[in-house]
Amino acid sequence: MPESSTLSLDSISVLLVWTAIAIYALAFVAYSVDLARRSAAAVDEQDAALKRELVGATGSREGVGASMTRLRAEEDAAEKALNAAPGQRPRYMWARIGTSLTVLGFLFHVAGDVTRGIAAGRVPWSNMYEFALTGTMLVVGVYLVTLIRYDLRFLGSFITGLTVVLLGASALAFYVEITPLMDPLKSVWLVIHVFVASLATALFALAFGLSVLQLMQGRREAKIALADRDAAAARSAGTGDQVATVKTGPGFLRTLPSADALESLAYRFAILGFIFWTFTLIAGSIWANDAWGRYWGFDTKEVWTFVIWVLYAGYIHARATRGWRGARSAWLSIIGFTAVLFNFTIVNMFFKGLHAYSGLS
Amino acid sequence: MSRSRSDEELDAATDAPASPAAATDSPNAGDPLRPSDHADSVAAASDISNPKLGVIGWIRWGWRHLTSMRTALVLLLLLAIAAIPGSLVPQRSADPNGVTQYFTDNPDLAPILDNLSLFDVYASPWFSAIYILLFISLIGCVIPRTKHHWKALRAKPPRTPARLSRLGDYASESIDVPIGVGADAAAERAVESARVQLKAAGYRVERFDQGSSRSISAERGYLRETGNLVFHSALVGVLIAVGVGGGFTHTGQSVIIEGRTFVNTLLDYASFNPGRFVDEEQLSPYAMTLDKFDVTYQPAGTVGAGQAGDFVAHLTTQLAGEEPEQNDVRVNHPLEIAGDRVYLMGNGYAPTITIRDEAGDVVFSESVPFLPQDTNMTSLGVVKVPDGLSEQLGLVGFFYPTQAPLSTGAFTSAYPALVNPVLSLDVYVGDLGINEGIPRSVYTLDPTGMEKLTGRGTDLESIELAPGESADLPGGYGTVTFEDESPAGATGYEASVKRYVSLSVHNDAGATWVLIFAVLATAGLLVALFVPRRRMWIKVTPGVDALQVEYAGLARGEDPTLRAAVDAVASRHSTAVRDDLAGAEVLAGTDEPADSARPGTDEK
Ligand code: HEM
Repeated sequence: MPESSTLSLDSISVLLVWTAIAIYALAFVAYSVDLARRSAAAVDEQDAALKRELVGATGSREGVGASMTRLRAEEDAAEKALNAAPGQRPRYMWARIGTSLTVLGFLFHVAGDVTRGIAAGRVPWSNMYEFALTGTMLVVGVYLVTLIRYDLRFLGSFITGLTVVLLGASALAFYVEITPLMDPLKSVWLVIHVFVASLATALFALAFGLSVLQLMQGRREAKIALADRDAAAARSAGTGDQVATVKTGPGFLRTLPSADALESLAYRFAILGFIFWTFTLIAGSIWANDAWGRYWGFDTKEVWTFVIWVLYAGYIHARATRGWRGARSAWLSIIGFTAVLFNFTIVNMFFKGLHAYSGLS
Repeated sequence: MSRSRSDEELDAATDAPASPAAATDSPNAGDPLRPSDHADSVAAASDISNPKLGVIGWIRWGWRHLTSMRTALVLLLLLAIAAIPGSLVPQRSADPNGVTQYFTDNPDLAPILDNLSLFDVYASPWFSAIYILLFISLIGCVIPRTKHHWKALRAKPPRTPARLSRLGDYASESIDVPIGVGADAAAERAVESARVQLKAAGYRVERFDQGSSRSISAERGYLRETGNLVFHSALVGVLIAVGVGGGFTHTGQSVIIEGRTFVNTLLDYASFNPGRFVDEEQLSPYAMTLDKFDVTYQPAGTVGAGQAGDFVAHLTTQLAGEEPEQNDVRVNHPLEIAGDRVYLMGNGYAPTITIRDEAGDVVFSESVPFLPQDTNMTSLGVVKVPDGLSEQLGLVGFFYPTQAPLSTGAFTSAYPALVNPVLSLDVYVGDLGINEGIPRSVYTLDPTGMEKLTGRGTDLESIELAPGESADLPGGYGTVTFEDESPAGATGYEASVKRYVSLSVHNDAGATWVLIFAVLATAGLLVALFVPRRRMWIKVTPGVDALQVEYAGLARGEDPTLRAAVDAVASRHSTAVRDDLAGAEVLAGTDEPADSARPGTDEK
């Protein structure tokens, strides 16, 4: 094959990837506007409710636990919206723009990934740049597929933001020209092991986003419950019944389901990710046994894969342990994903080991 | 939906007092056994921290703590943390040279780290303590649960709660009873149909009647707990297979030069690491001859120039008493022979060097494996001539497959293939130090007690030879020849120097078992996480001219699809019952006079 055509196909790929990054950046903006507008709308509604309260039954009907009741009602509505079929979801205009842009960016992303694969004549996940290219593609892909079932658009700015940062940084710092594969990489296990690992990463990313929101929502619920209790105490002490507005975090939280609901959704993604990760671990061992003559040797990359696996096993246990369910287990999901990112970036770049496939020197 | 909420519901739905002591008939009977601090179990008062305990009491107390969810969790997290240092500091098992280097680079710190076993993290006392405790906890957790589950597998589904409507996932239907079919008979048909439907859907069913209402209590998903137990037990299996398997494992390394033969005995190994139970005299008898080694290099001027690939060692293998066979060993494709796996670990050049004494008699003639030092195969090697000359002679040299000058005036190799092969040698005479019986590496020369005759620091230049060339040894010791191994009539240097491969021979008896248990664990995990464990109740209460049919479901564990399942059961069952009763009506109708306007109005 003439060399120039190989090169040009690869440069087309690079162009497609940068276009995708730009579109994702726009999607990120749209999704962020969506969250901000949700906040604004939520604040407006709160004011209206406050007015109703003052004008109406002067607080006597909305007795103790009023804001908690309202919170639960909001959350139940949000949970319905979360599970609603695509046609029946709330019409957040900016979220729709964000999703449309994400789909468009994804198409460019897939095109960029596929052209890279064709140009290289192999699967496009054989060095850092390509891991990032395919990995982030799966993150966005899994997110978009999930949208069919759950209205997770509130995670849109996290997903697109993460993708812009990871993909942009990789395209800048990790880009390498196409080189022939090193012998140990010539294996079906490259196709399976790395792909499944990327898929697991995508699921862990979603779980991570949900766990963060779960923590925020949990704090908000706790604050509101506390405020309610204070109000009740103030009322019974006869010190008047001014409704103190408490600061409970970003307003868009009002359009999200309860911390419990977010937690069980995060858990569902995490266990899917855990299964794929288990598979990654086993496939990697089989491959290592073919390539290096031992299935396990505590090579740095193997250590980190194991650490991540154990952390998520811990997360699953934590959710079943009294006193750990809720916030503490959410932290484990967050730590787990941090370890995944660390494994991909720092371990690949700076740790010495047999997995020297970053393609960087 | 969280499980604890279902349990509150269940308490509300049963009329029984909310005492956990309500023995076997309690609605939780048959639930999987969980450690007492499991999120779902009722918080048992303070029976864990009772200070007045006898010896037995303390042992029980300790055991209970060791097998609690919290301990398992803490040990898991400790295991994760404890594994990390092994990725920060080089490990003797994975990177012994890195450890040596670390000692050179950090002479003060290294011994301290060594005392903390930080160069052998995964065999260290503290790492072992964590995983051994974890696995004791695991076994202590799994055994009682297995016993309990074994019993639960043959237990009946629990009694139908009195007030199904209190359960979160609830539906009800009112089904008209056609005139002519008695309400009781209709109820009987409806409950029978419920039994058949749930049984067909894989539920274990049990009929409970109370007053005039009849109900089916059904439960499914016992496989969930089975999967969980299989998963945890298989983890123990993995650990045992790794531990026991290690004792029966042996690995050995050997170097074969093209044309030479390796025989699978201890003698032919450069190094051999047997497990504790391996009998070194009982290695499978076979031989392997390296016919040829092939490799391709990316051509100069392309991306990744010089990168090596497609390594393949062509071997003739022979098992005792059998015909020889042709076999290849490649990276990722080890050769399986007589239960061993043979891996291609490395390769290099083995220049054939001949040394003659001043009379022209050959005192040394061998292909000497040179160790590659860089990706362009600049290689370092040593020749030792202990006998035949007036003094012992040592040669240390570099081999450059494609020699090119560096700016410093020294040489390097610019390309890994044989384009411009040059051998440069420095000559030492004196005591090789091999007569004292101390083992010496064949790849290094200890210059103490020897005199350097050529190269840096002497008056003479290093000897430089191309294939086929000879040179005089300084000091009149004789001559050295770099033999050209090219077949007769060949042009160019392509085949002028022999290649060698380093092979690693492994026999890992445990690996297959590890894989079997790992696959078993994964299968168990899939079942444990995705088979829903749920209860379903269908209760039929006959009314005056309609049946009141109630449907309720209860999740035991994570079960996001329960609501949909209850709805599906309700719609299927009510449709079936309506059809069935309509059929019954027609049947009842055929007994009536044909001209009766409303069949069945006047019952007999
Ligand atoms: C080697 C260490 C361990 C690992 C890697 C591990 C991993 C897991 C995983 C992945 C699950 C979720 C899948 C399932 O439900 O079957 C799980 C569940 C569970 N494990 Fe472990 N486990 C370990 C040790 C233990 C120990 C020592 C105990 C006992 C104290 C234990 C008790 C449980 C229980 C009760 C569940 C069910 C949780 C639920 O109800 O959702 N595990 N474990």
